[in-house]
Amino acid sequence: MHSLTFDIAHLLAGGLVLVSFMMLYQDRLFALINVFALHAIVLAMSVAWQAYIQDAHHLYVTAAIALVFKAIVIPVGLHRIIQRLGIHRDIETAVGIGPTMLAGIGLVTLSMVLMLRVTPEADPLAREDLAFALSIILLGLLVMVTRRNAVSQVVGFMSLENGLVLAATGAKGMPLVVEISVAFSILIAFIVIGVFLFRIRERFDSVDVGALDDYRGERR
Amino acid sequence: MISGAAVLLWSIAALLGTAVLAIAESRRSGSGTHLIYSLTLGISAAVLLVLASRIFDDPVTPSTAALPLGLPWIGAHFRLDALSMFFLVVVNFGGAMASLYGLGYGRHESAPHRVLPFFPAFLAGMNLVVLADDAFTFLLSWEFMSLASWALVMAHHREQDNARAGYIYLVMASFGTLALLLAFGLLSGPGGNYTFEAMRAAAPTPFVATFVLALMLLGAGSKAGLVPLHVWLPLAHPAAPSHVSALMSGVMTKVAIYGFIRVTFDLLGEPAWWSGVAVLFLGGLTAVLGILYALMEKDLKRLLAYSTIENVGVIFVSLGLALAFKANAMPSAAALALTAALFHVLNHSFFKSLLFFGAGAVLTATGERDMEKLGGLIHRMPLTSFAFLVGCVAISALPPFNGFVSEWLAFQAILQSPDLPQWGLKVMVPAVGGLLALSAALAAACFVKAFGITFLGRPRSAAVERAYEVDRYSLAAMFALAALCLFAGILPGLVIDGLSSVTRPLVGSRMPVQMAQAWLSIVPIAASRSSYNGLLVFLFIAFSASAAAYVIHRFASHALRRGPAWGCGFPDVTPSSQYTAVSFAQPIRRVFGTFVFRARETVEMPAPGEIGPSRLNVEMHDVIWEVVYQPIARGIDFATEHLNHLQFLTIRRYLTLVFLFLVALLLVLALWP
Amino acid sequence: MALILELGVQGAQMTLVLLLAPLLTGFVRKVKARLLRRQGPSLIQPYRDLLRLMRKEVVLADNASWLFRVTPYLIFAATWVAAALIPTFATGLTFSWTADLIAIVALLGSARFFLALAGLDVGTSFGGIGASREVMIASLAEPAMLLIVFSLALVAGATQLSTVAAFMGSPQVGLRVSLGMSLIALVMVAIAENARIPVDNPSTHLELTMVHEAMVLEYSGRHLAMIEFAAFLKLLLYMSLISCVFLPWGLVTARAGPGSYVLAVVFYIGKLAVSGTLLALFETAIAKMRVFRVPDFLGAALMLALLGTLLLFVSRSL
Repeated sequence: MHSLTFDIAHLLAGGLVLVSFMMLYQDRLFALINVFALHAIVLAMSVAWQAYIQDAHHLYVTAAIALVFKAIVIPVGLHRIIQRLGIHRDIETAVGIGPTMLAGIGLVTLSMVLMLRVTPEADPLAREDLAFALSIILLGLLVMVTRRNAVSQVVGFMSLENGLVLAATGAKGMPLVVEISVAFSILIAFIVIGVFLFRIRERFDSVDVGALDDYRGERR
Repeated sequence: MISGAAVLLWSIAALLGTAVLAIAESRRSGSGTHLIYSLTLGISAAVLLVLASRIFDDPVTPSTAALPLGLPWIGAHFRLDALSMFFLVVVNFGGAMASLYGLGYGRHESAPHRVLPFFPAFLAGMNLVVLADDAFTFLLSWEFMSLASWALVMAHHREQDNARAGYIYLVMASFGTLALLLAFGLLSGPGGNYTFEAMRAAAPTPFVATFVLALMLLGAGSKAGLVPLHVWLPLAHPAAPSHVSALMSGVMTKVAIYGFIRVTFDLLGEPAWWSGVAVLFLGGLTAVLGILYALMEKDLKRLLAYSTIENVGVIFVSLGLALAFKANAMPSAAALALTAALFHVLNHSFFKSLLFFGAGAVLTATGERDMEKLGGLIHRMPLTSFAFLVGCVAISALPPFNGFVSEWLAFQAILQSPDLPQWGLKVMVPAVGGLLALSAALAAACFVKAFGITFLGRPRSAAVERAYEVDRYSLAAMFALAALCLFAGILPGLVIDGLSSVTRPLVGSRMPVQMAQAWLSIVPIAASRSSYNGLLVFLFIAFSASAAAYVIHRFASHALRRGPAWGCGFPDVTPSSQYTAVSFAQPIRRVFGTFVFRARETVEMPAPGEIGPSRLNVEMHDVIWEVVYQPIARGIDFATEHLNHLQFLTIRRYLTLVFLFLVALLLVLALWP
Repeated sequence: MALILELGVQGAQMTLVLLLAPLLTGFVRKVKARLLRRQGPSLIQPYRDLLRLMRKEVVLADNASWLFRVTPYLIFAATWVAAALIPTFATGLTFSWTADLIAIVALLGSARFFLALAGLDVGTSFGGIGASREVMIASLAEPAMLLIVFSLALVAGATQLSTVAAFMGSPQVGLRVSLGMSLIALVMVAIAENARIPVDNPSTHLELTMVHEAMVLEYSGRHLAMIEFAAFLKLLLYMSLISCVFLPWGLVTARAGPGSYVLAVVFYIGKLAVSGTLLALFETAIAKMRVFRVPDFLGAALMLALLGTLLLFVSRSL
């Protein structure tokens, strides 16, 4: 059962969880984006490996999309945005790193227990992959919840999407069209959010989303 | 041949007789310190001798005795089996050491008539609890033990805070006994059969078993100091005279653990798997919180009391593992976990008694418990400080002393647990293992602080300059315990083999024979998996340290010159510039305190141009007190405030109330299925 | 005869770690210096330093107690025993069952306990600052280390290092995520335990942020030599541990014969050189953290180790 192919797939998927944890650990925006690029690279490797062992050539395209857009285009874009907004030195966690990591571990355990419990018959590779994918999605949500800054919320959102891609490739057979449309929707979301960032900044002199609450009169 | 149980009953009678004698003595001359402590020492030693002849029997044949006391149709039943024998060893050894220490320490007692009568009574009470074989005797002895210890806590009742400690202790003890009463009521069932034998034979339904376990955790847990029922312990244990503190921390908490083991492992039959989860959770929580509280403390005796809470947590973690293994029919792993728990019970009774004796010696010599006023005692009290150091190393779970062995066994038991089938346990056990490791590391930090601030550095008050070494009896007790800490650490196989007869009746298995291993190592499962040899570790360290010292002194240099401390060339004249207990804990407070104690640091700076010191204020909250106890107190206040109206009603209304209540009761009866 | 031979191999291992430890530190210093385009001290400078310190007279603070004078030897002995129990070039040595990995970690804990006490003994504020920070670092590093031990024990089914190393060298181990996490966590713990950058700076005496050096500030002469030697040994110990668990190639079993021993020792020195170079590279590339960032760093190691253990616990039933 523990053949080399399984081990490498397992390692890459687990590596993705690890990189998600590294994202939780970062408290500088540049570092966060670099880690996100690493996340995308590991995702691309993982998808490519799945393409190789499943002999499914369209997955190579998925891997290439992940590599080009998420590992290069989007991080470079975000770097530029941050540079132009001049917020690259901000420390911006809403919750301390220790509790966040602890919560992250709780989420990973939860998804492991849940996934392994509901899929007793599936093959071990898919089971672990699904469990890892669910943890990455939850960790992405956690990043969005624990960060104040709109840029890091974007990063959390996109790492969440990486989890979806991992789940889809592990489950053998997501049509390429779906994958491409998801990728483009993410790209468009990225652009829209980027535009919004500048608008927010113009209005409130900050990209702290707390400013939006103040504007609506919700925060005391 | 007179049975073992009968011998013990005679010795308990002798202890009670000593208590009566103490009352007479104190009436007559005002001081019988020497006589009373000699008598308790003699009786405890005699009991130990009787027990020593049977301790390695395997299996132990239980001996029983019945007295026509107590409830007329039941009588009082007593039974001496392997489990009670082990705990009797702990109780009487602790008693003997406390008596020996008391021979010297008791002479400084300001109010001996408040201590002497209750000391033997307290010992007798603990012995009785362990011997009891029916619920009535058990509860009666338990209350007797609680009251005797309460009287000892109140010995110095005029001192600040002691009355409050006594009050909280009394409330918590009554609450605990109430929980135990209910637990035994459920166990005895509608038939009302109060003997343990009948309870053992009757298998309770899962529903009843759940309630009994919860009530035992409340009852025995409150006496042992499980979080969140621990609040009385750090107040009451330090308030008593030091040798009684040692007995309360080192021995009475163990009697509570005995009660828990007796009911959950012996009387309750097969446990459910989640009972292990509950106990593991409470144990892990108790261990970490207890030691964090201890780290924040600057009163030496309260620090030790909080550390007792930590050790109780460690014991409960092992007990929880044993329950989980037992529920899943893994007897050898259960035996390993239970052995770890019992070994730690023994170890903790050794080193906690030792440390409280040391704190008592410091108190006698300087009159201070506050570590911020101590320091540099290693020069004034070299022997006490040496013994205290041994206790600190042992309690910090460092090899080659005994504390390490029981923690090591607990870790080995944790490594057995991936085979457990339930998901809850699979997730719980490694997390609790992490908590256990965290509490061990924090314990080391805590005792670096306890020893370093109290005994090392420069004196922080004039009281220390006048300190002198304590008397020979106190030193003898401390050194005997220190020697045992080392002995149990380098020959742990002896203790493990002695515990085999205890684990077999409770979990159906025992650990492999250890004394037959080559070089006296301990091997829980197989040599290729894990082994530890305290003896060789000790010899290797002793050998390499002395070899290094010899070689350097012989061939390199042994020149030595005294000079002022270097301190980076910064002249450092006042002792108040040293690190204190609070400042030593500051980094750890910053790491854990904001989370656990909601600690906040604020700096008050004087305004520019103003002359005055700036101040660092630390604000900490006892979260458990605020979350659990204050709402209860407020609730009671609220209820009493509103029920007060009932005192001012007309007769007609009172009659209406009685009438309505009667009708309600009848309705319940009518609707009862 | 066989027993004498086995004892001889064990003795060779003890001597080997003693001889190699200063060399390793010298090597790391040299590589760091070369990376900064400096010449750097010679490789054998640590040996010279040790000899010089040993020959010097001890200047003891006026109020130093006996504990202060005994501690250096205790620390040296505990560290040496721990280092000698780690399989460096051969597994299954005569005394390798004396202590398993948990006990080795605890032995290092004993050494640290006494070092922290020695820091408090003279009663200067520098000793206090060092001791209090050291125990704070240890309170996070030790649990992380024990959780790493748990992961290894769950994979290999043992806490006995010889068994673990033999298992990790066998083909059945495969690439495991949890092992990757353990490796990262172990490296982080090793950095913290050895007072390396970014946790502590081993080559400073002038910063208020120092931890290890602040504790040993009052030591001089032969006492300082012993403590320095123990620090060298500890670095060697952690590197041997990492290489014996995660690079278990080239290890021989006891009774393999002199020829394979020599080969195995060469392998071992090669592994040390690689890990020493990596350490130097890492230290040159990164800046020191301020002290209250260290809990985050170690907390991350703790969480990684816990995650690895949890994954193993959960996925073992697959």
